[in-house]
Amino acid sequence: MVNDKSDKSRRKFLKNIGTGLGAISIGGASAIAGNKIIGSSGEKVRVLTAEGKVVEVDKDALKELKRETNERRETAREGIPNRKFIMVIDLAKCANARKCVEACQEGHMLPKDHEWIKLYSIQDAEHTAPYWLPRPCFHCDNPLCVSVCPVGATYKRDDGIVLVDSKRCIGCKFCMTGCPYSARSFHWKDPEAEVPEDHVYDPELNIPPVEGTVGKCVFCADKLRNNELPRCVQACPMGALYFGDLVEDAITNGAETLRFSETMEQKHGYRYLEELGTHPSVYYLPPVNRLFDYDSGMEGLSEQDRKRYKDTGPRDAKK
Amino acid sequence: MIEIKNKSLVHDLTPEIVSTSRKWYFIFGIFVIIWAVGIYALVQQIDKGHIVTGMRDNVVWGIYIVNFIFFMGLSYAGALISGVLHLFKSNWRAPVIRFAELITVISLCIGPFFIFFCIGRLDRLPFLFAFPRIQSPITWDVIAIITDLFGCFIFLYLSLIEDFAILRDTTDITIKPWKKKLYRILALGYLGTEKQYKILSQAKNIMAAMIIAIAIIVYSVLAWIFGVTLQPGWHSTIFGPYFVIAAVFSGTGLLIILMQLFRKIYRLEKYITKKHFINVGVLLLIIAAFYGYFTFSDYLTKWYGSVKMDKILIDKLFEDYYLMFIFANYLGILIPIIIVGIPRFRTIRNIVIAAVIALVGLWFNRYIIVVPTLESPFLPIQDFRMDFVKYSPTWIEWALTAAGVSIFGIFMMLVSKLAPLVSISEMEDSEDNRKP
Repeated sequence: MVNDKSDKSRRKFLKNIGTGLGAISIGGASAIAGNKIIGSSGEKVRVLTAEGKVVEVDKDALKELKRETNERRETAREGIPNRKFIMVIDLAKCANARKCVEACQEGHMLPKDHEWIKLYSIQDAEHTAPYWLPRPCFHCDNPLCVSVCPVGATYKRDDGIVLVDSKRCIGCKFCMTGCPYSARSFHWKDPEAEVPEDHVYDPELNIPPVEGTVGKCVFCADKLRNNELPRCVQACPMGALYFGDLVEDAITNGAETLRFSETMEQKHGYRYLEELGTHPSVYYLPPVNRLFDYDSGMEGLSEQDRKRYKDTGPRDAKK
Repeated sequence: MIEIKNKSLVHDLTPEIVSTSRKWYFIFGIFVIIWAVGIYALVQQIDKGHIVTGMRDNVVWGIYIVNFIFFMGLSYAGALISGVLHLFKSNWRAPVIRFAELITVISLCIGPFFIFFCIGRLDRLPFLFAFPRIQSPITWDVIAIITDLFGCFIFLYLSLIEDFAILRDTTDITIKPWKKKLYRILALGYLGTEKQYKILSQAKNIMAAMIIAIAIIVYSVLAWIFGVTLQPGWHSTIFGPYFVIAAVFSGTGLLIILMQLFRKIYRLEKYITKKHFINVGVLLLIIAAFYGYFTFSDYLTKWYGSVKMDKILIDKLFEDYYLMFIFANYLGILIPIIIVGIPRFRTIRNIVIAAVIALVGLWFNRYIIVVPTLESPFLPIQDFRMDFVKYSPTWIEWALTAAGVSIFGIFMMLVSKLAPLVSISEMEDSEDNRKP
C-alpha cells in the first residue's frame, strides 16, 4: 500500500517536471529515484520543459535517459485524472474526404494499409439511404478486447481510453476476434518505420509500430496530455468529428464547442451496435440534413479506394 | 519376477523393440522429410513475418488454429476413450487401449505448437506466465493444457509400468542391453506382487476417472475461447459440449485408422480382430449421432431465426463454403452412421473408410467454424485487397500442417521402439491368465 502510494507520487512528480523531453530529463528525477547526490560543475545548460519553458540547470544534473525506459509504459496505464473522453461523429457532415485517415497514419507512422480510423460505406437496409461511417476505436467501457488479453497488453484507463502496449503484446490476436467492430489491425510484416534516435516508447502515441503486434486507435492520448485535439479531429475539413469530455459535458470539433447532452438530445445521438453491450465511448449523430450527398464521397478517391467500395460494400443492403 | 503364461504374447507384440525393419526406416524417413519441409516453412515465416501466411486482419486465425483445435480434440478424445474403456472394464478393450492413450499424449504435445506458429511474437511467450491475467480464456487454456499434460502422462506411464516390468524380466526375446537397463529404471521395481498390483490398479482407476473429467473441462475451455466472443457463429451456448462430442468423434476415427495401420504393419491380425473394429465402430456410430444432433441444432437455430449476422453467416456457408459444408456436416456424419449402422456394410475396410471420412470431415467442420465467422464481421469487410476479404492458406501453412501430421507418425514410430503398442499386461488380464 505504502509502496503503491509513493510510487504514484513519484510518477506525479515526474509528470510535473516534465519528462516529456524524451532524451534528457532533469537530474532531480534521478535524485528522487534515489541514486546519488549530484555534484556541481558550475557549468549551466538550457533545457526546454514539457510546458515550453526554458530553464537553466547544472550540466552535471543532466542525465541521459535510455531509449528502452519503461517509465512511459507505466504512466500511460493511468489516465488523465477526472476525465472521461468521448467522441461524437456527425454523419451528416462526413463526405469521405479521408483526411482523418491520412493524418492518423502520418502521426502514428502507420503503413498505408493500416487504418486505425476507417471509413465504411454503410447501407442498413435495402430501401434506406447509404451513408459514410468513420470508425475509430470505440474505446468501449466494457471492452471485450481488454477482457480476453492474456498478458494485460491492452488495458482500459480511468479516463476511458483503451491502449495497447506494443512491448507487452504477444500477438495472439484474441483481441482482434473479441472486438466486434474490427477496430484492430495486426502488423503482419516489419512496418519499417524510422523513429528519431532519441524517441522514448510511449503507448499513448504508440510509435514505432512493432511487427507481430496488434495496433489500434489510441484517441491520440499523447495530444490529450497537451490539451490538444486528436489528429483526426484536427484534420477533418468538414468538422464532422467532435471530441470532448463527458465530465465537462462538452465536445468540440475545433471550430465550435457544444454541450454534449444537448447535442445528443437535439440530434438524437446513438451508439453503433448498442445491442452488443460493449458501451462504446463514440457516439454518432444520424445522417439527416446532410451537407453532402453520399455520391460526393466517391469523388476524388484513388482507384483503389473506389474499387474497395464498389466491390465489397455496402453488404448489408443485400436481401 | 513377472511370469507371463502366454509366451507368444511377448513375442508377437514387440516386433519393433527387438529389431528394426527396413520398412520402419523407410516410413520414418518419409515422415522426417515432410517434417523438415515444415521446419523450412517455419524458418520462412519467422524470417519474413506472418505476411507469408494467408492470415490477414479479418481472418486472424487460420488453419493453425484449426489444427490446434483438431489435435487437442484428438488428445482429449484419446483421454476420454481410454478413461471410459478402463473404468467400465470393457473386456474387448485390451488391444486398443494403448493406442488411445498414445493418441492422447502425442496429440497433446503437438497441438500447442500450432498456437506457437500463430502468435506474432514467439519471443514473448514467457509473458503468458510473467503477466498472466485470469480473466482471459487463454490463461484458462494455458492452465488447463498443462494440467491435462501432467494427468495424461501419468496415466500413460501407469499403464506402461507392467509392460516395462515384463520386458525387463522376459527371456523369450532378445532385447539390447541398454533397453533392458532402461526398462529396469522405468519399471520402478514392479514385481507383480498382489499388493503392487492392487496399488497400481487403484492408481490407474483414479487417474482414469480424473482424465475423463479433465478432458471434458479442458476441451470446454478451448471451446469457450470462441464462445465468449460476440462473433456470429461462435457466440453459442452449446459450444462446450459440442466441441467435446466432436473431439471424441475425431479421436474414435483416428483410433480405428491406427488400429488398421499397425495391425497391418506389425501383423497383429490375431489380436486386433473384426470384433474390435465393430466395437469401436459402434462407438463411432453413437458419437456420430450425438455430434450430428449438436451440429444440426446449432445451425438450425441460427438459420431459422432472422438475426442479421447469423443470416449473413449462414448465407456465406451455403454459398462460398457449400461443398465443404456438405462434406463436413452431412457426409462426414451420415456415412459413418450408414456404414456402421447397417450390419451388411460392416467390414473392416468399410469401417476404416468411415473413420477416414469422419476424421477429415471433422477437420473441415473446424475450418468452417473458424474461418467463415472471421470473414463475416459485424462491420462489412471493405477492402481492395482480396486476400483481406477471403482467406486462403498458403503453402507455409499447409507445410506446417503436414509437419504436424508427420511428427505424430514420428512419435508413434519412436514409441513403438520402446513400448509395445498393444499392452501385453492388458492382454494377459483379458485372457485371464493371471489372477490379481
